[in-house]
Amino acid sequence: MSGVSTTTADELAEATAPVRFWNRQRRLGAALVIIGLIAAVIFGSLADSATARFTLSEDAEGAALSINGQFGAILFGVVTIATGAAMLAGVAKRWQTTLLSVGIVTFVFSFLCWQVAGKFLPLVDTASGSLELALPLILGALAGVLCERSGVVNVAIEGQFLMGAFGAALVGTLATSVWAGLISAVVGGVVIAALLAVLAIRFLVDQVVVGIVLNLLALGVTGFLYERLMQPDALKYNAPPRLPEWRIPGLADIPVIGPVLFETNLLVWLALALVLVIHFGLTRTRWGLRTRAVGEHPTAADTVGVRVRGLRYLNVLLGGVVAGAGGAYFTLVSTGAFNKNMTAGAGFIALAALIFGRWTPFGALGAALFFGFAQKLANYLSAVGSPVPNQFLNMLPYIATIIAVAGLVGRVRAPAADGVPYVKS
Amino acid sequence: MAGRRSPLVSRRSQEIPLRLELRGITKRFGDLVANDHIDITVEPGEVHALLGENGAGKSTLMNQLYGLLQPDEGEILVDGEKKVFRSPRDAIAAGIGMVHQHFMLVPVFTVAENIALGAEEVRGGPLGWLDRRRSRRDVLETSRKYGLPVDPDALVENLPVGAQQRVEIVKALTRDVDLLILDEPTAVLTPQETDELLAVMRSLAETGKSIVFITHKLREVKAIADRITVIRRGRTVGTASPDTSTDELAALMVGRDVNLEVTKTPADPGREVLKVSGLIVDDDRGIRAVDRVDLVVRSGEVLGIAGVQGNGQTELVEAIMGLREVRAGAVELEDQNLAGRTTRQVLRAGVGYVPEDRSLDGVVKDFTVAENLVLDLYDRAPFGNGWKLNPKAIDESARERVTQFDIRTSSPQSAVGTLSGGNQQKVVVAREMSRPLKLLVASQPTRGVDVGSIEFIHNQIIHERDVGTAVLVVSSELDEVVGLADRIAVMYRGRILAVVSPDTPREEIGLLMAGVTGAGNEEEDSE
Repeated sequence: MSGVSTTTADELAEATAPVRFWNRQRRLGAALVIIGLIAAVIFGSLADSATARFTLSEDAEGAALSINGQFGAILFGVVTIATGAAMLAGVAKRWQTTLLSVGIVTFVFSFLCWQVAGKFLPLVDTASGSLELALPLILGALAGVLCERSGVVNVAIEGQFLMGAFGAALVGTLATSVWAGLISAVVGGVVIAALLAVLAIRFLVDQVVVGIVLNLLALGVTGFLYERLMQPDALKYNAPPRLPEWRIPGLADIPVIGPVLFETNLLVWLALALVLVIHFGLTRTRWGLRTRAVGEHPTAADTVGVRVRGLRYLNVLLGGVVAGAGGAYFTLVSTGAFNKNMTAGAGFIALAALIFGRWTPFGALGAALFFGFAQKLANYLSAVGSPVPNQFLNMLPYIATIIAVAGLVGRVRAPAADGVPYVKS
Repeated sequence: MAGRRSPLVSRRSQEIPLRLELRGITKRFGDLVANDHIDITVEPGEVHALLGENGAGKSTLMNQLYGLLQPDEGEILVDGEKKVFRSPRDAIAAGIGMVHQHFMLVPVFTVAENIALGAEEVRGGPLGWLDRRRSRRDVLETSRKYGLPVDPDALVENLPVGAQQRVEIVKALTRDVDLLILDEPTAVLTPQETDELLAVMRSLAETGKSIVFITHKLREVKAIADRITVIRRGRTVGTASPDTSTDELAALMVGRDVNLEVTKTPADPGREVLKVSGLIVDDDRGIRAVDRVDLVVRSGEVLGIAGVQGNGQTELVEAIMGLREVRAGAVELEDQNLAGRTTRQVLRAGVGYVPEDRSLDGVVKDFTVAENLVLDLYDRAPFGNGWKLNPKAIDESARERVTQFDIRTSSPQSAVGTLSGGNQQKVVVAREMSRPLKLLVASQPTRGVDVGSIEFIHNQIIHERDVGTAVLVVSSELDEVVGLADRIAVMYRGRILAVVSPDTPREEIGLLMAGVTGAGNEEEDSE
């Protein structure tokens, strides 16, 4: 534009237009003030003036953090308002994320003070429960990261979960080996991934449609085999051994964190390790650079000699491995038996975690933990007979995703070529 | 240096310049011959310009040289040795690099990442851990060596196009290429950036690199090329040296050997039908494409717009048709203002439109011939009433049009996509000429159309003129404009440089198309 010397009236208007007042920071600040007000006024007035105890163990015993419920609800609500007000007034950019996190966390605390007043909330149990519920979401979202960063949309995580869960239960029982079960879970995930890869990459079928069809296929196949095979003789076909809980001596004795992180099953460690591996893989290795290039601008990758389709096949299959392992959670960790449609939409919440986490491994981890916490809290609320319907908390992942996709919290940008098949001209 | 690079990268010694020979390269897309036995030799260290109109087949040719397309016939020889390039990696290995017209850069990557991609520096081991420091250093080294300043840590999406282009050139040079293809490199550059690029090309050639410079801009060719090959309609029509005069080059490029005669009577112009005044339109990038254009088209005459493509013709037509926003100025159809109207309103006001890109804007390929013939009138009697279609009326009318416009199709129920280009274009022409028109706008009416259909379409356009319609024809084929038009407006850089009679010597029109106005006057610069 610099070379244009003639200026028309509307160009002038554009040039002199003021910087928009409602920028992102102010909008977020206003939102925090509003939810803070809700917390302080509504939660505060509804809360009993009784002690809320947050115990540092798995039950009511032992040391605890205690606070008057009503006072706590109001106090934390006021802190939320304060963070919002600070953002409205305008703070340096580097403080934004911190303030936003503090605001959201204090809002959650305010809510908890209201709910826990007169009762107790075991923190260790909440944390390890959240992590366990987040486990399949982490693995599913990581599978999504692998596929989508290379440009293939993976809506079939749900189907990969189901096949994984089913394979683990069946083979685990037949072989009476939890490890055989885990391996077949991976195989189950890869089978769906292979179908996705061939249909999407080679036959260029719309990737979302393929994903949905594969979910239905997995549901049908596992449901049929469950009814015909497992249900009539559950002992023979549907009683897999569970993944053992391992305890790392020393580390497991650290208060709160110890029992959560170091007294658990292999799958948790695997998931957390994979977050690191995929993060560094994507950002620091040749494979990662090429994967991201293929997901963003496949033609550019092709013109410097990168094999676009081959890399996409590889990544979709790797995603199948990870999602299949996630499926093993349902039968080898959670319930100990397969059940028809037992994943109940977890694959879609994993997809939501992928998007909410902005297609990055650590983002996916954070989103999955957040969703796991919401689910755990929903369970807790229904257990203590809270007036808040637990369905509200179960809605949270979807609401959070809509907010994320609508761009209300920062820019969510999918890989540019996500879902676009690569066809050489 | 070569030892630690991945095998992708050329190990050729830099001291031996590369000699390239293309022999009889032929490439067909369906029944369109994009390249017809093209022979080109690029000597070591020369800047070889490939001159030709858009759509002449230059990019197709170079994509075959770079391994993106495979030739149907012919061979590629590098230093006298026959080569087959199945993919760009083969071409890179043979020492050939290419800077594409649309940059092949990942916008969210840094400059260093983009340059490393495909030839990454890695520390040993199967993990392929990126050696980012070494990548950065390589970029800076190449950048310094060739005097091409780039910041290795900048994100490509934040760079201006000129800088992105430097990144592309550095990317090719870090791969030790000896022959660099530049596809329309100046299309996106400002005049200053263009001058810088020409200087870079010159200095690269001096270090022994060969350069193939694809362009349609005569001024740049004359400024930089050692040798010029002119391509027209997929054929090499001549080789010239840079001291060939501009008008000779223009004549070679737009052609005078093929003279498509159109038989017509003298025009009988009547009232003013289309009046464009002070029209200003921007292109997709927000850059001024049409700059204060004034035009009048009268009933019963054909006004032809000549010009090298990319000089604002597309934007002018789109603005008239309501497909592009009018920034300023007026478009009037018999005292009725068209500016700001929707395309539907413009069509209903009595304007017929043959769009420049047939497959994008002219037809729906999966629809039948009959359906395509009523795309404009499907909601009007007798074809429908806005709620439901009347298949019988549509079919009957289609049969009539197929005969009347000589559309070669097995049945009106065949999908338009199965027809040849010429017959698809006849479907468009038939549809647009079946309404009572005040104005017909035809943009590149015979592009990609066989000779027989060209004649037929030309006759239809003249027929439309003779019944009193005002006709605006835009074409980058000068023959076509001269053949059809009663008056010719030459467009250059968004402006009408002159309106001349079709009897004007072709060399003179060619010079106008190159931006040269009048004898002795140097080319004028807009802006």
